[in-house]
Amino acid sequence: MSARERVAGQVANYVDERTGSAKWLKKTLTKVFPDHWSFMLGEIVLYSFIILLLSGTFLTFWYDPSMREVEYEGSYQPLSGLKMSAAYASSLHISFDVRGGLLMRQIHHWAALIFMAAMVAHLMRVFFTGAFRKPREFNWIIGVGLLTLGIVEGFLGYSLPDDLLSGTGIRIAEAIIQAIPVVGSYLSFFIFGGAFPGEMFIQRIYVVHILLLPGIFLALITVHLMLVWYQKHTQYPGPGRTEKNVVGYPLMPTYMAKAGGFFFIVFGVTAFLGAVASINPIWIYGPYNPGQIGAGSQPDWYMGWLDGLVRMAPPLEAYIFGYTLSLNILIPGLIIPGIIFTGMALYPFIESWITGDKREHHLLDRPRNAPNRTALGAMSITFMLVTLINGGNDLLATHFDLSINQIMWFSRIGVIVLPPLAFVITKRICLSLQRADRELVLHGKETGRLVMLPHGEFIEVHEPLTPEKAYLLTQHEQLPALEANLSNEYGVRNPKAIRSKIRSRLSRSQAEQIAKPTANDVKELEGGHH
Amino acid sequence: MSKELAPLSDPGLPEHIHRKADVDVKAAKKAERQVGILFLFSVLGTLLFVYAYLGIDEDAFIFVPVLGSTNAHQLFLGLGLAMALFFIGMAAVHWAKTLMPDHEVIDYRKEQRSKDEDREDFVSTVKDRANEAGLGRRPFIKRTMLLSLGLVGISPVLLLGDLGPLPGNDQKETNWKSGTRLVTDPGDRPIRPSDLEVGGVAQVQPELPAGKVRHLDDIAKDSVLLIRIRPEEFNLDAERLSWTYEGIIAFSKICSHMGCAVALYEQTTKHLLCPCHQSTFDVTRAAKVIFGPSARPLPQLAITVDSQGYLVAKQPFSEPVGPSFWGRNK
Repeated sequence: MSARERVAGQVANYVDERTGSAKWLKKTLTKVFPDHWSFMLGEIVLYSFIILLLSGTFLTFWYDPSMREVEYEGSYQPLSGLKMSAAYASSLHISFDVRGGLLMRQIHHWAALIFMAAMVAHLMRVFFTGAFRKPREFNWIIGVGLLTLGIVEGFLGYSLPDDLLSGTGIRIAEAIIQAIPVVGSYLSFFIFGGAFPGEMFIQRIYVVHILLLPGIFLALITVHLMLVWYQKHTQYPGPGRTEKNVVGYPLMPTYMAKAGGFFFIVFGVTAFLGAVASINPIWIYGPYNPGQIGAGSQPDWYMGWLDGLVRMAPPLEAYIFGYTLSLNILIPGLIIPGIIFTGMALYPFIESWITGDKREHHLLDRPRNAPNRTALGAMSITFMLVTLINGGNDLLATHFDLSINQIMWFSRIGVIVLPPLAFVITKRICLSLQRADRELVLHGKETGRLVMLPHGEFIEVHEPLTPEKAYLLTQHEQLPALEANLSNEYGVRNPKAIRSKIRSRLSRSQAEQIAKPTANDVKELEGGHH
Repeated sequence: MSKELAPLSDPGLPEHIHRKADVDVKAAKKAERQVGILFLFSVLGTLLFVYAYLGIDEDAFIFVPVLGSTNAHQLFLGLGLAMALFFIGMAAVHWAKTLMPDHEVIDYRKEQRSKDEDREDFVSTVKDRANEAGLGRRPFIKRTMLLSLGLVGISPVLLLGDLGPLPGNDQKETNWKSGTRLVTDPGDRPIRPSDLEVGGVAQVQPELPAGKVRHLDDIAKDSVLLIRIRPEEFNLDAERLSWTYEGIIAFSKICSHMGCAVALYEQTTKHLLCPCHQSTFDVTRAAKVIFGPSARPLPQLAITVDSQGYLVAKQPFSEPVGPSFWGRNK
């Protein structure tokens, strides 16, 4: 036994005698993870969260969360002598007078953008492959919660420097709070400690940004990962992969090295962006002043859809018994986002209600094999894209020489017309792909080789698929539609007949599929060829 | 499932294909060297970082194509850090892909649902323990417990009461009173009508009584935009026309939509545009909304001149400024 092995054995013995963890650790270190590039999206979220914690901690050493008015005396000459909040002055101090401070600020901001982008990409992967199905509904809901909190956390974060741009964003948030019926003004005065902007706001959002929300994030992410661990990861379909097994690489050493290495790669790329790509140059905006504004005010990208919705709202205000109801703010600012996020959280339950499928699923769907779900996803993405485009309508107008009114009207109409259109088109594409799969399995691949038969006819040679490929294209289930249950066997009307009818209608749409080839189809064709 | 509908059979996991480094010692040696070199690149990155920290002046700027003039200190700190981190990652991944085992392993799942006897055991245990606690038999304890637990939440909620004052009339009042002078922002100088040419725009604030300091809270409500056009261009009713002075019209600068500063004035069309959500107001028609999401015109401030010829407010704003709120019209 080498000296190193002896030391390792002693350490293991010491730990196990105190924790009894040998069995558990053995199981953990040999745990199997399936491999696929799309499984790394969630990893990016986790890693950028760690980067955010590290870089954020660094920033807190100098940042001063105070709206106390100070005179700027730092080394950035253009703002010298200007009155500003201590928060803004300390953000400038970090940017210009702390070595590596600007780098860390930029890494922090880039990591936040990547955090949100990876979260959205991860969400799409989970949605389009049906990974949210039983038993993973809890994790889906936690994910929706993380996404929602991520938007809030990001917004609060870029509000902390208290520059002109971020102050404008807070002003808008305050207007949304104020628009809430009955309690809006009270809420606003409590949150801001008086009239806007007051002198309390920055220190309050600071504690939410660096303590409260990160704590909740940490707890939710831990539960999220524990569930992934406990339920074992989903896997893509393929030969040898079933609902009852997991095929992949063991944690130690392969997965440890890959995942650990990937953390450093994500960190490296973020650091590179922080080094070369300027982000949120607060010194250009100047200190916040509610009487001033910069042209082209834009939120960070994950808030863009919300801003776009607010911009496209028609100018509606209702008056009830003399009270004001700001529909032009409430509908785009609170009601539509509320519907979107609630609908997203409930989606796994809605889908299983429609299909009547209550079984566990560990094999992922190929998106084409769930046409309605894929089409719904494309519809949502289209909605988000139109609103996002409108969120940047002023920049689009100046960059591409368009009129803002044209873009606004395009968005107002497009946001209603384009998503259903995307649904129909995507569903057709999915069905076409299913048809193509069927053709491939039955007739093989086109080789492009032409052969002239003795009697002069030309045919193209088709090459049969490998059994592995043919299996992959046919392994999925095609569930039949649910029948409406209108009355029982004695002819008594079902009290829930309307619900049952709706469900049956949705289920029929859900079950619209191109029949996949069966073993028998293939056999018959093979018989015919020979 | 009938035989005709049976799916294609599962051919099982494909056979494992060995990598070059698994079978060829030379290839393995080469992979080992590559991993080592990648780790060394990371070391270079750290050295670059240390050099940038100690050796490059904080105020040194260099020209980099695409980026333009860039602070060299920050740039090389960042590049060093990026290299140091990135190549550790690359080395680990390359190591895993070329030299660590790539045999796919099969692990089996079990259903999440517990066995029936475990579930029954759980239910009966919970029932037994609840019975032992005797909550069902002692309703007095149950009710008083619920009452006390329900009420104890009042204390922390009450403690939040000092988060802020109640709004009162704060949202509806500004520092504009009858006879308040308009002063320039910035500068705090009173202005005469002749200071503003036709086509001109100026931002003003109310003159504050001596000794009072202007806070951001004041600016958030008091900011006013003065615009001067030719008087015959106005399209106003008699009352609103009397609120102007020699072609000078004054509007609250705080957007009636969400409170941004309405800062973009287009001289030729006489439109005011809010850069936040593009609400557009027609100056000649008392800031009527002609485009965008705002539901109300910008409040107009009635102005005239005092005995010394300086512009003053005739009266306070006739409506609350800024975004709408529930009790706005009460």
